[in-house]
Amino acid sequence: MSVRLIWRKSLNAFMLSLTGLCALLTVSALFFILGYLVWNGGKDLSWNFFTHLPAPVGEPGGGMANAILGTLKLLLLAALVGVPIGLLGGVYLAEFGGRTMPFLVRYTADLLNGVPSIVIGIFAYALVVIPMHHFSTLAGGFALGIMVIPTVLRNTESFLRDVPPALREGSFALGANKWKMIATVVLPAASRGILTGVLLALARVAGETAPLLFTAFGNRYWSPGWNQPTSSLPVVIYTYATGPYEDWHQQAWAAGLVLLGLVLLTNITVRAFLSRGSSYERI
Amino acid sequence: MATTPNATTPAELGWSPQALLRRMRGADEIAHLITFIAAATLLLITVLLVFQLWVHSAEARAKFGWTFFVTRTWDPVAGDFGALPFIYGTLVTSAVALVIAVPLGVGAAIFLAELAPPKLSSSLTFVSDLLAAVPSVIYGLLGVFLLVPLMRKTVQPALKSTLGFLPLFKGPTYGIGFLTAGIVLAIMVVPFVLSVSREVLLAVPRDQREAALALGATKWESTWKVVVPAARIGIFGSVFLALARALGETMAVTMVVGNNPMISASLFSPGYSIAAVLANEFSEATGNLYLSALIELGLVLFLLTFVLNGLARLLILVTTARGSGVLPS
Amino acid sequence: MDSAFPLMANSGAAAASSSAKIAAHTPAMTTPGASTLRMKVTKLNFYYGKNHALHNVSMDVATNRVTAMIGPSGCGKSTLLRTLNRMHETLRHTRLEGEITLDGVNILTLDVTRLRRMVGMVFQKPNPFPKSIYENVAYGLRINGHKGRLDDAVEKSLRRAALWDEVKDKLHKSAYALSGGQQQRLCIARALAVDPEVLLLDEPCSALDPVNTAKIEELLFELKPSCTLVIVTHNMQQAARVSDSTAFMLNGELIEFSPTGTMFTTPSDPRTEAYITGRFG
Repeated sequence: MSVRLIWRKSLNAFMLSLTGLCALLTVSALFFILGYLVWNGGKDLSWNFFTHLPAPVGEPGGGMANAILGTLKLLLLAALVGVPIGLLGGVYLAEFGGRTMPFLVRYTADLLNGVPSIVIGIFAYALVVIPMHHFSTLAGGFALGIMVIPTVLRNTESFLRDVPPALREGSFALGANKWKMIATVVLPAASRGILTGVLLALARVAGETAPLLFTAFGNRYWSPGWNQPTSSLPVVIYTYATGPYEDWHQQAWAAGLVLLGLVLLTNITVRAFLSRGSSYERI
Repeated sequence: MATTPNATTPAELGWSPQALLRRMRGADEIAHLITFIAAATLLLITVLLVFQLWVHSAEARAKFGWTFFVTRTWDPVAGDFGALPFIYGTLVTSAVALVIAVPLGVGAAIFLAELAPPKLSSSLTFVSDLLAAVPSVIYGLLGVFLLVPLMRKTVQPALKSTLGFLPLFKGPTYGIGFLTAGIVLAIMVVPFVLSVSREVLLAVPRDQREAALALGATKWESTWKVVVPAARIGIFGSVFLALARALGETMAVTMVVGNNPMISASLFSPGYSIAAVLANEFSEATGNLYLSALIELGLVLFLLTFVLNGLARLLILVTTARGSGVLPS
Repeated sequence: MDSAFPLMANSGAAAASSSAKIAAHTPAMTTPGASTLRMKVTKLNFYYGKNHALHNVSMDVATNRVTAMIGPSGCGKSTLLRTLNRMHETLRHTRLEGEITLDGVNILTLDVTRLRRMVGMVFQKPNPFPKSIYENVAYGLRINGHKGRLDDAVEKSLRRAALWDEVKDKLHKSAYALSGGQQQRLCIARALAVDPEVLLLDEPCSALDPVNTAKIEELLFELKPSCTLVIVTHNMQQAARVSDSTAFMLNGELIEFSPTGTMFTTPSDPRTEAYITGRFG
């Protein structure tokens, strides 16, 4: 072998291993993060964490029941705002749209998806908090809902497009008109994929902190109804982690573990669910 | 003889009231209208978003004009606001993030797209997707309690002793600061670089690789000299996408950047970013001018990410749509 | 047979007189006892955008008979079939000139959903919905407002499609669990459930093996007394086996339309002869 060939072969081996190392480093970050959170937050997780209000500073115990409930309420609102618009908009793109409008909507959806979440927070502040004159669950839910729309819309569209044209024809040939065809054949056939998109979008906004800082704000206590500021898991993690008290830090780890667990579990379940094949191949 | 116009598009029918009324007959038209409204709502929201940012930043824009972007005082008490330190901090932290994330992400993407067996590739991609789903506040949490002490005690002193002659690595080591924020951002945006780069690499036609291999190129040579150049425009797209994420990322940066509006050449120095100042000061902003200045910062951030995202989508679209990423140059 | 070639040189003249020829053939084609016409196509021209897909086609569909359409791919036979229940309207930029009647009524004047209930369709590839077998058959009735259980109607349709015995124990299982041939018979049952007067079949056996093809062909015979059938097929033997009259199409024109026996023994047009003897297509 010539020197040149040996050099080329070694470079080949070296660079290939280097790319492998890059991949290894990247994916190991997840296991590291998860492990570190379990290590630090696991011991502070107790039943009280899920059922009690935060204890005053210095007192042991206490939990984050209000933050957990707050996050759930915010997610419910986000779904109520984002899912109908995203779903129907997706149906428009896949089933009705002409040429210009769908292009415009698709492009805008992708851009809106990339708008920093803190800017969405400002938007919700200007649109909901200023007219109401106070922070509220509603404002937070609205902000998260806006963030849900583009994801649900694009997902719905792509899953509807995956439904074979033959099914549409089959329905038309039996005398269905278009909306009946969509409602009875296309949407049910794509339902699994659409549900996946909705859950992933909700899992994503469940961890959002920035848009809640000046919309839902925060609350040491329960937040009755929808009109008051509310606590939420991500905001509590932020507040506690940057606060000066040691027991806050511990609580932040525990809350981080709960939040990450929630998000990862949803992602894994949903993605596994999806990879079992497209929905129109099964009932 | 009868002629039927059918499957007519709205454009063909026009938008006159008569045409609208004629089209409203029948459930299909109603369904069309309802879904159209939903799709239009998305456009409306985006327009409204720009409008709100514009209107609510009017006071600051009127008072400071373009000097807003080049002055460095941020004094809420005196009502004097300059955005330079925040813009500087945003750009510096994002630049640090890209310097780390791009080689890492593209390297990993090459491995996943070109070398790894399909099973391994798909499970590693799955893990990378999960990584992208980790909330930013979690990254912040690890940043504050793990990375900051590590930087202060180990990494920064080491950098100082080896590369301390560069202005980048001078000054006291606080742990917090541009470098730390950049590293956290890098970890956060790697999955985006990875997944998009992998996609554009996979879009390069098989025969191009095979042609190179058939000429006696090694696997690495065919990848680096044929496949990566063919996909380069899409890879640029992934970099822009990552940059847009990094610029707008809020929580993790806020938690480790130091929150001090300083402009310093040293990466060890504490700094600030646009998103971080919004997170910290927005809910406490007193007075219309203060709030207006913050909203103008939001507008800047919005425009930056909007342009970058638009550009990124365009580049990725061009690469994947052509099958090969080769553009006539 | 060689004489077919010189004759083909005169095809321009033959085409010019073809519609007159068909008109002359029409009475001869209708077998005794089937003198009523279910559908009638008159001077049909059809366009996909600028592409002129059907040229001046006129054809009769006799009640309770099987009418077959044959011809090389791209000849317009499927297009013609799809115009019979206006399925072409699901595509953009199509234009139709001429007249098609169902029981003497212009189908363009009918509500399209009503028309499609009266003129059902079965497609090339089985396309059951991702629902249970039961719900597939009930679908046509459900979208027309029937609520609740439709057991009798479902059973009747499945029996007519000769599928009942095979599926009666798994009515609520997924339709996708059935074999390809069963799926196609399910699609026939689904179409029969709304009791159509005419059933259009677009190469219904092209995705099936010979055993299942035979089952479908047998089924067509059983359906004939209660339903008018129009079948598009690329398989001339199939047309010869199942149909009462056959239309041969070429390049968007109806070349010849005669009783099947006549068509396959003594075709009147040299192009028909060339096709059925395997000279092209």
